[in-house]
Amino acid sequence: MSAGNYWIAFQTIVRKEILRFSRIWMQTLIPPVVMVALYFIIFGNLIGQRIGEMDGMNYIDFIMPGLVMMSIITNSYANVVSSFYSAKHSYYIEEMLIAPIPNIVILLGYVTGGVVRGLCVGIAVTIVSLIFTDFYIDNPFTVLIVAFLTAFLFSLAGLINAVYANSYDHIAIIPTFVLTPLTYLGGIFYSIKLLPEFWQQASLINPVLYMVNSFRFGFRGVSDIDLSLAIGVILFFILVLFSICMILLHRGTGIKH
Amino acid sequence: MLALEISNLHKTYANGLQALKGIDLTVEQGDFFALLGPNGAGKSTCIGIISSLVNKTSGNVEVFGHSLDRELIKVKSLLGSVPQEFNFNVFEPVNEIVTNQGGFYGIPAKVARKRTEFYLKELGLWPHRNVQARQLSGGMKRRLMIARALIHKPRLMILDEPTAGVDIELRRSMWDFMDEINRNGTTIILTTHYLEEAERMCRNIAIIDEGSIIKNTSMKTLLKSLNSETFVLYLKNIISEAPELSGFGKTLMVDEHTIEVEVPESLSLNDLIQQLDTQGLIVNRMRNKSNRLEELFITLTSKAEKLS
Repeated sequence: MSAGNYWIAFQTIVRKEILRFSRIWMQTLIPPVVMVALYFIIFGNLIGQRIGEMDGMNYIDFIMPGLVMMSIITNSYANVVSSFYSAKHSYYIEEMLIAPIPNIVILLGYVTGGVVRGLCVGIAVTIVSLIFTDFYIDNPFTVLIVAFLTAFLFSLAGLINAVYANSYDHIAIIPTFVLTPLTYLGGIFYSIKLLPEFWQQASLINPVLYMVNSFRFGFRGVSDIDLSLAIGVILFFILVLFSICMILLHRGTGIKH
Repeated sequence: MLALEISNLHKTYANGLQALKGIDLTVEQGDFFALLGPNGAGKSTCIGIISSLVNKTSGNVEVFGHSLDRELIKVKSLLGSVPQEFNFNVFEPVNEIVTNQGGFYGIPAKVARKRTEFYLKELGLWPHRNVQARQLSGGMKRRLMIARALIHKPRLMILDEPTAGVDIELRRSMWDFMDEINRNGTTIILTTHYLEEAERMCRNIAIIDEGSIIKNTSMKTLLKSLNSETFVLYLKNIISEAPELSGFGKTLMVDEHTIEVEVPESLSLNDLIQQLDTQGLIVNRMRNKSNRLEELFITLTSKAEKLS
C-alpha cells in the first residue's frame, strides 16, 4: 500500500461521512440553525436590548461569535460520536478494521467528517446571524483557524466518547453533562471580567473559554484571553486527545475483542 | 507455499474464557479448506484473529509468509473476509457498500465501480444495486458480503458460514461461484454447518472443538476413516420386527415398512440386499441416514466432549 492508496482510503471515509450527515440534513443541519436563531431572538433581541453593551459592543454582537462556536463544537462532536458509535454498534466498523488502512487514516477520516459538519453548521449559523447583526469580521484568518482547530478538537473528543460508549445513552451523557455546561460557562453570553476574581480564575480551567474568546477576537477584535495563549491551549488539547485516540485505536479498545 | 500458517495460537477473553488453546494449522496455497466445529468451538475467534478483528493472546499467524504482527497492512491486503454476522451499514445502497470497500483498499473509484458492477452481476445483485441494503433478503445480504470481500481480489478468502439461511437453489449457485473463485487461484477457508457443503467443496479439513484442533487432514482420508455408515431402507413387505442380519451393526425397525441398518466398512450394500433377499424382504428404495461427514463430525466432537 502506497501513500496514494492511503489517500484514496482517506477520501473514501470522508466522502462516506459527508454523505451520511448530508443525507439526513433534516436531523443534522437544520436543528442547530433553528436553535441558534432562537438564541438570537431571545437573548440577542429581546433580553439583549435590556442588557445594553458588553465589552463595548451591542449584546447581540457580543454573543454572536460564541453562538457560532457553540454550533461548531456540538456538531463536530455529535457527528463523530454518533457515526463512529453506529459503525461500532452495527459492526460495519469492521469494513475498515479488516482493510489495510493505518489507524491514523481512519482517525483523520472520521475527524475530517466531523470538522466538515461543524464548519457547515458554523457557516449556516453565521448566515442566519446576518438577519440579526451586521456582518463584520475583524480578522478572518483567526476566525478560520480557530473554527477549524475547535472542530478538530471536538471531533477527537467525540471519537473517544464513541470508543467507550456501550449504548446510545452513553453517547448522550457527555454532551449533556459535560459539553453543554462547559460551553455555557465558556463566556458565550458574558465577559469573564463581570465575574468575581475567584470565578474569573476558575473560568480559566475551562478550555471552551479559550475557543470562544479567540473566536470572538477574530470576529470583533476583543477578547478576555490573549490570542496566542488561546491557540496554544487548543493545540495542547488537540495533541493530548489525538494521542489518546491513536492509543485507543491501536489497542482496539471498544472495537476489538 | 503456505497460504496460512498458524502456530501455538492462544486466545483468552477478558472474562476468562479460553477460546483457543494453542492451535496449529496450515493451509496450502490454492486449497479449499474446511474449518469445522460445533458452536462455540473457537472457529470465529480463529477467523477473527486472522482478520485482525480479535487480538490474540499469544502465538503466530502468517499469511503467505507475512507475519500478522510485523506486516499487518500487507496481511490485510491479501485477505478477504465474509463474516457470519451482517456487518454493513444497512442504510447504504448496495453498490456504495461494495465500491466504498474498494476505496478502503486504496482502489481508485473508477476501477472499484467497474469491479462492483462485475461482482454484483456475477452474484445476481445488479438489479438491486441502488436499493438500501436493509431491503435485501437474507440470501442477498450474504451475497453482498461476498461481493464486498472480493472487490480487492484477495489471495485468501475466509468464508464464515456464507450460505447460512440461503435456500438450496441459491446455495448451489453460490457453491459454483466459490468453486470458480478457487479455480481462479484464490485460497478459500470455509466454515459451515452444512457438512454436505464442506464435503462437496473442500479438499482438506480441520475440526476444532473446545479451542483445540481435534482433526486436521484431507477430506478423503477423513472420510476413509469412517468405519460404518447407516442406511435407511424402505421395504416393499410389511414387517413386525427388525430382521436379523449377520455381520452388520445396529439394525432398527423405524416403522412397518422401514428399517435402519449400520453397514460396516467390511461389508457392501450387495451383502445387505442379499441377506434381506434370503429373508424374502424386497428393498424399494434406500438412502444414507445422514451425510458421511456429519456422522464423522458427530463422532469426533462427542468423543472430544467425553475426553474433556
